[in-house]
Amino acid sequence: MNMTGTATPRDPGLSGRTRPRVVIVDDHGLFRSGVRSELGDQVQVIGEAEDVQPAIELIAELLPDVVLLDVHLPGGGGQAVLAATKPVHPQVLFLALSASDAPEDVIAVIRAGARGYVTKTISGPELVAAVQRIAAGDAVFSPRLAGFVLDAFASGPAQDVGQPSFDPELDQLTPREREVLRLIARGYTYKEIARELFISVKTVETHVSSVLRKLQLSTRHQLTKWATERRLT
Amino acid sequence: MRRGAGPLRRARQDRMVGGVAAGLAERMGWDVTVVRCVFVMAALASGFGAAGYVLAWLLLPMTGESATIASKAMTDRRGIALAGALVSLLVVVLLIAPQLRAGYLDSIATPLLVTAAGIVLIWRNASEDEQGMIQHFAEPLIGLAEGRVKVRITLRLIIAFVLAALGIALFASAPAKGAPLQAVSGVLVVIAAIAVILGPWWLRLARDLVLERQARVRAEERADMAARVHDSVLQTLALIQRRAQDPQQVVALARAQERELRAWLFDGRAPGTLDSATTIAEGVRLIQQDVEAQHGIAVEVVTVGDCELDDDLSALLAAAREATVNAAKWSGAEVVSVFVEVEPEEVSVFVRDRGRGFDPGAVSSDRKGLAESVHARMCRRGGSARVRSAPGQGTEVSLTMPRSAANRSAANREPGRS
Repeated sequence: MNMTGTATPRDPGLSGRTRPRVVIVDDHGLFRSGVRSELGDQVQVIGEAEDVQPAIELIAELLPDVVLLDVHLPGGGGQAVLAATKPVHPQVLFLALSASDAPEDVIAVIRAGARGYVTKTISGPELVAAVQRIAAGDAVFSPRLAGFVLDAFASGPAQDVGQPSFDPELDQLTPREREVLRLIARGYTYKEIARELFISVKTVETHVSSVLRKLQLSTRHQLTKWATERRLT
Repeated sequence: MRRGAGPLRRARQDRMVGGVAAGLAERMGWDVTVVRCVFVMAALASGFGAAGYVLAWLLLPMTGESATIASKAMTDRRGIALAGALVSLLVVVLLIAPQLRAGYLDSIATPLLVTAAGIVLIWRNASEDEQGMIQHFAEPLIGLAEGRVKVRITLRLIIAFVLAALGIALFASAPAKGAPLQAVSGVLVVIAAIAVILGPWWLRLARDLVLERQARVRAEERADMAARVHDSVLQTLALIQRRAQDPQQVVALARAQERELRAWLFDGRAPGTLDSATTIAEGVRLIQQDVEAQHGIAVEVVTVGDCELDDDLSALLAAAREATVNAAKWSGAEVVSVFVEVEPEEVSVFVRDRGRGFDPGAVSSDRKGLAESVHARMCRRGGSARVRSAPGQGTEVSLTMPRSAANRSAANREPGRS
C-alpha cells in the first residue's frame, strides 16, 4: 500500500473536468438507485455491485476513477474490497459512505486506503462535489471524520515518545492542520475555510491530504487505542 | 373593701406593669395605690423592692392561668443564656465600679442582677398580652433610639463624650504602678465611646452589604428563571402556534411541556438541564434527538473528547440547545451542524447553519432568544458567546466555557478520556 498524499490519479486534469467514471458498491438497491439519480449526469455511473466478491471483480474489470464504497457490506465490509483492490489497482480511488458512523469502521476504511469519507445523509450536490474532488486527487473529509481525527490525535505526542514506531512527522498534526480540521468539523466548506484562514483553497486541500496521509501511514499507538476505546463505549 | 379569697394571683384587669401590686391589694383587701407606693419606695430605697416585684411577677400565675412565667422560663434555654450573659456583664461593671469610686453601686448590685435577669426571662416568656404591656413601657425608649436623626446623633454624641471623658480620666488618674485594671478599664471605656459613635454606622454598613448581596442574588435567580421559562414554556407556546392545524401534535407538545413544568416546580428539576445525561457528549446527543424530533430538521453532531457535566457545562449545554433550536426555527436550513470540542482548559460548542442568516445588530432587544438565553447565561457562568451572521450567509454561534478545576481533575482520574 504505497498511497501517499501526493499520489495522483491516472490523469488528474482530465478526469477533474470530464465526468468521473463511478462504480457504486452498496448492499441496498434502493440506496444505489437513489445515489445514481442524485449524481445525475455530472458523474458517469458505469456499474453497481452489492457484495464484496462481485465488487472486486467489477472494479478489476471496469477500472473506474472513483468507487463509492459502503462501509458496512456483508462478507467483510468495505475494508475487504479495499484490501483486495488497492494492491492490484492503486489508481482506483475510493470514497467511503456510511449511514452509521462507528468510528473504528471509518478509521479502518481510511487506513485501508479510502481517500475520503462522507455520511449517507450528504446532499446530492455535495456528493457530486466530493466525487469530483476525489477524482482530482484530493481527500474528502466530512465533519464527522474531521472530528474523529481530531479526537484520535487529540492527546499530545508526549505519550508516544520513546515508542520505537514514533515518528513525529507522521504521528502528530500541525497546528494549521488542526485548525483546518476544526473548521471542517464545524461544517465549513473548503472555500469558507480558505477565507477564514486567509489561505487558498489549494492550500486547504494540501492540508487535508497531508492529514489523510498521516491517518493512513501513522503507526501511532494512540490511534488504535482510541478506536478500541470507542468500540467499548 | 372586701378581702378576696383563694390563692394569690396577679391581677389582669387593673394592672399597671405586671399586676403584682393590684393582685396583692385585692387578695389582702388593701388599697392598690398604697401598695404601689410601697413598692416604688422600696425599689428606690434599696433596689430590693424592684427585685421582689420582678420575682413575684415571675413566680405568681395570672388570674385565670395556672402556669407561671417561671415555669415556662425553665425550658427557655436561650432566655436563660441571655439572662446569664446580662448578669455576667453586670458583674463586670460591678467589678470595675470600685475603680470608679462609685461605691453606691455595690449596695444595689444584687437586686439589680436579680431584676435584670428576671426582666429578660419575663420578656421572652410572658404571654402575648403581657408582652404588649411591656412593649408599651419600652416604646418611649425605642422611640428615643429610632427618633429623628438629629436627636439620635445628639444623644449618641453626649453618651460618647461622657464615656470618653470618663475613660480618659480613669486612664490619666491611674497610678503609674500597681493598678493595671484601672488603666485597662479606662481604655475599654474609651473604646466603648468610639463604638457608641461609630457602631450604628458599622451596623448599617454590614446590613447594606447583606441587602445588596441578597438583591443581586435575587436578580440573578430571576434572570436564570426567565431564561428557563423562555427555553421551555415560551418555546412550546411558539411551537403550538405554528402547529395549530395539527391537534395531535399540539396535545403532545402541551403534555410534554406540562410534564417538564411539573418536574421543575415540584421536583426541583430544571427544564432544559439535561438530567439523564452525565457527560457532554450524551447531552449533545439528547439535544440532537430532541431538536430533530420537535423541529423536523437534521442535526449533525461532531464531538471531540468528552468530560463529565457540572453546573457550568450544563449551562453551556442549555445555551447550545437554545442556539440549535433557534437555528432550527428561524434559519430555514435543512441541516444544523453542532461541533463540540472538549479541551483541557475549556469546552467549545459551535452551532452552525447555512440558512438565511440575519443582521446581529438589527435584532430588537426584546427578542430574548440569543441575547438573554445564550449570551447572558454564558456570561453569568464565566463563559462567552459569539454570534456570526449576515443575511444570506447562515449563522454560527460559538460558545466557550472554561472548565472548572474540579472538572479537570475528575477527567484526570479517568485516563483515556481527554
